Formats: sequence, structure tokens, C-alpha cells
Amino acid sequence: MRLFAAALALVLLSAHAEAPLRGTGDLGLVVERASGSIRIVDTTAERPIARVEGLGDLSHASAVFSRDGRYAFVFGRDGGLSKVDLLTAKVVARRMQSGNSIGGAISQDGRLVAAANYEPGGVNVFDAETLEPVAEIPAECDGQRSKVVGLEDAADHVFAFSLYDCDAIWVADFSDPAAPAITRFEDIGHQPYDGLVTLDGRYYIAGLFGEDGLALLDLWRPEAGVRRVLDNYGRGEEPLPVYKMPHLEGWAVAGGEIYLPAIGRHEVLVLDAATLEEKARIPVAGQPIFAMARPDGRQVWVNFALPDNGTVQVIDVLDHEVVKTLQPGRGILHMEFTARGHRIWMSARDDDRVVVYDTATLEPVASFAAEKPSGIFFTHRAHRIGL
Amino acid sequence: MPRILPALAVAVAAATAVSVGGGVLAAAHESLDAERRAELEYMVRHDCGSCHGMSLEGGLGLPLLPERLADIPDEALVVTILDGRPGTPMPPWRALLSEAEAEWIVDYLKGERE
Repeated sequence: MRLFAAALALVLLSAHAEAPLRGTGDLGLVVERASGSIRIVDTTAERPIARVEGLGDLSHASAVFSRDGRYAFVFGRDGGLSKVDLLTAKVVARRMQSGNSIGGAISQDGRLVAAANYEPGGVNVFDAETLEPVAEIPAECDGQRSKVVGLEDAADHVFAFSLYDCDAIWVADFSDPAAPAITRFEDIGHQPYDGLVTLDGRYYIAGLFGEDGLALLDLWRPEAGVRRVLDNYGRGEEPLPVYKMPHLEGWAVAGGEIYLPAIGRHEVLVLDAATLEEKARIPVAGQPIFAMARPDGRQVWVNFALPDNGTVQVIDVLDHEVVKTLQPGRGILHMEFTARGHRIWMSARDDDRVVVYDTATLEPVASFAAEKPSGIFFTHRAHRIGL
Repeated sequence: MPRILPALAVAVAAATAVSVGGGVLAAAHESLDAERRAELEYMVRHDCGSCHGMSLEGGLGLPLLPERLADIPDEALVVTILDGRPGTPMPPWRALLSEAEAEWIVDYLKGERE
């Protein structure tokens, strides 16, 4: 009996030793786009700590996090939605929710997860606890379904999204999850391709592919309608080929200015955040994909489409100039800052590596192997609106 | 991936451009070395794949599966790759791809390679 107790104690002790208590505030994940897997990463140790497989086609996958930072909701290209426990590295729920998906969002209260779908075009909303369906919003106009892009959460139980094929922005109020109230804004501009919500949750902005300009909706005063900003920023110039669609999600607000990737021009656009008028343009190395501000707003890091996707440029916001051009690896797809910005992690898809840079010295400090890494998402996203 | 096409590939593209029909694609096969073909295959999966899906079943761009392309003439697809589709996000790839390379990609997409 005593022996049994000793053995039991040993088992309990070793079980405890395998999984010590820990927080999730410094955890995150790296999508391995070609192998349907993610690496769970520790941003303090600056290394991967676990791998989770079987998540389907992750070729344009993104993730959002539960309010407690424990669970990641991973949106796969093939319509798969997976809920992953970062602490146990297990898939705790999974659902094929559409045929072709582009990303998603989690509600302000953390209770609803919404997925934006290309096929069939629309938004599907699920209970974050169980992934049971809550609502289905078909996106359509003139009897045709539309691909949905730029799905973002905002304050007061709102999801906002754009209809690529309908030139529309829809705002869905989920105050009553069983009966969402949808407000539709039409003729907002041609081919909205992505959207973002400002950090304060006030503005939803859709980038337009089909014309120069952006569509802006004031979520605090939706009755005022959508207005156009940065109209005709190309001013009749012949646009350059866009070998990859820019992403607005990582848009940068710094020092009262907004930094956005231009489309069809090798420039980062600078807007005055108060007036939303163009203030400057910064020439950069190629077609920008992400323009992301370090969390303190001092720097903006920019990556590029082919053939410049091995280059990353760092803009100093004080003088609107590129202060350093880096070659962190081949095929830089995504960048993610730690919560307070001392590090930036970058995916070098074509090197099968993740590289970590110190944002003060602009020097590499760590790297590790990952299979075709793409999106990098840290748990501090759980605490921000519009991510 | 090389940022500038090898001069050789461009020269070969000019040479193959004169032939038309089924012979073009056979010529395209022979004109590209194995390394470049591997690069093109990678590019199709990962870079074209950013819009068309890594498994080419579609995304913002249309599906590029063999059964979807079977009825479209090769020449039309080559032109689409090289010159893009105005009014859509499909860009002209002429600055990054030679004609022979675009032909090889069409062949690859239709499942007729090797």
C-alpha cells in the first residue's frame, strides 16, 4: 500500500513536471501553410513549443484568440474552423463551415466567432465555446452571392465586412445573436478587397481594388453613410502590376498619422488621422503588402509582393523615411510584433524559417525552422478591437 | 527565386513564340531546365496560390483545376498569364515570366506536364 502511494505520488509528480502552470500572455502561433499545421510559440523563449496538425488547407489562414488567451480560433482556406488549446496543444473543436474561407473575427465579448467566406459567399457565426452555428448571413446582391472580405469585429457586438462582388459594406449587430440586425451600405466603391477597424473601434475602412481610394464608415454615426477618402490617389498614373493583394489588417497608426499600403504603386500612403487627408507618400522597395506599426508607433515595418518579397523596410515615422532595408529571408509573408514591440517575428516562407528581430537594433536575434510559415499571431490580439 | 529571368529563357521564349498550337507546349517543356520548372511549380502553388488557393481550387481568383481549364484554349490562358485580366486583380506577369514559362504553366495547370 505504501509502495502504491509512493508510485502514485511519483506519477502525479511527473505529470505535474510535464505541464507546469503557465500563462498564455507570451504565447502565439505560426501557421505552416502547406502542411495544415501550426507551431505554438513562446515569445519569451523565442522558440516553438508544440506543433498541432490536421487543420486542413491553411494557405491563407489567420487566427483570433479567446479573451483568456488560451484558445486560438484558426480559419483555414478550405472552410475549416479549428479551436486550439494553446496550453495542451490539442484541437478541442473543429467544424467545416464553408467551402472556401478568407478569415474571421471574434466578438467584443468573446462569445461569437465569425468566419468570412468566399464560397458560398457570406458570413457564418458560431458559439465560441462549442463552435455550434449561431447565425448564417448570405452575402448577395441582384440574386448573386458575393465573396466576403475584410470581416472585422467592432464595439457593441458588431461585425463589419465588405462584399467584393457587390461594392458594399454590411454591418451586422449581434446584440441579439439569434436575430442579427444587418445594415447595408451600397455603392461604396468598386471591388473592396480588404477592410480594417481602427484601434478605437470607430472607423471601418475598406480598401478598393477597382479604383483609387478607400471607403470609410463611421461606426459611431452609421447614419452618415460611407464616404470616400484618398480619392484618386493614383491621379491617372498607370498602376503597376499588383502580384499580391495588400492587407489592411496590419495598418499602422502612429503619431496622429495612418500608414497604408498603396495599391499599384510602390508607396506607403500617410494620412492625417484627424482629417483623413493625404499627408505624404513614402517611396518603398516594391508593392507593399503589410505596413505595420510597432506598438509604440515609432516605426512602421513594410513587406512586399513578388519580386521584392525578400525585402523588409523600416520607416521612421518622425521623418517619413526608410531608415533601414533588410533582407531577413526569402518570401517574407507576414510580420508580428510582441505586445509592447521589443521584437518582430517574420515568416520566411521560401527558407522554411521564422526569424526574430530586435526592433531597437534592427538586428536578428533568433530563428527556427518551420514548414512554409505564413501568418504569425500572438495572444495579445485577444485584447484589441478589430484584429 | 531569381529576381531576373535568365537571359537564356527569354531568348528561348522568342524562339518558341513563332510556333503555334500543340507544338508550342512541347517546345516549352524542352526549353526550360529542371531547376526553373521546379521554381515555376513552386510559384504556381505558393504565389498564384495566394489568390487561386494553394491547391488551386480558387479563392479571390477563379479555380485553376484541370477540369475548369480544359475547354479554354492554351493561347488564351498564356495571354491571361502574361497580360493579366483588366478589371480584375489578375496582374500581367510578363515582367516576371517569359512566354515559354507561361506556356509551361498552362501545360502544368492542365495536368499535361511530363
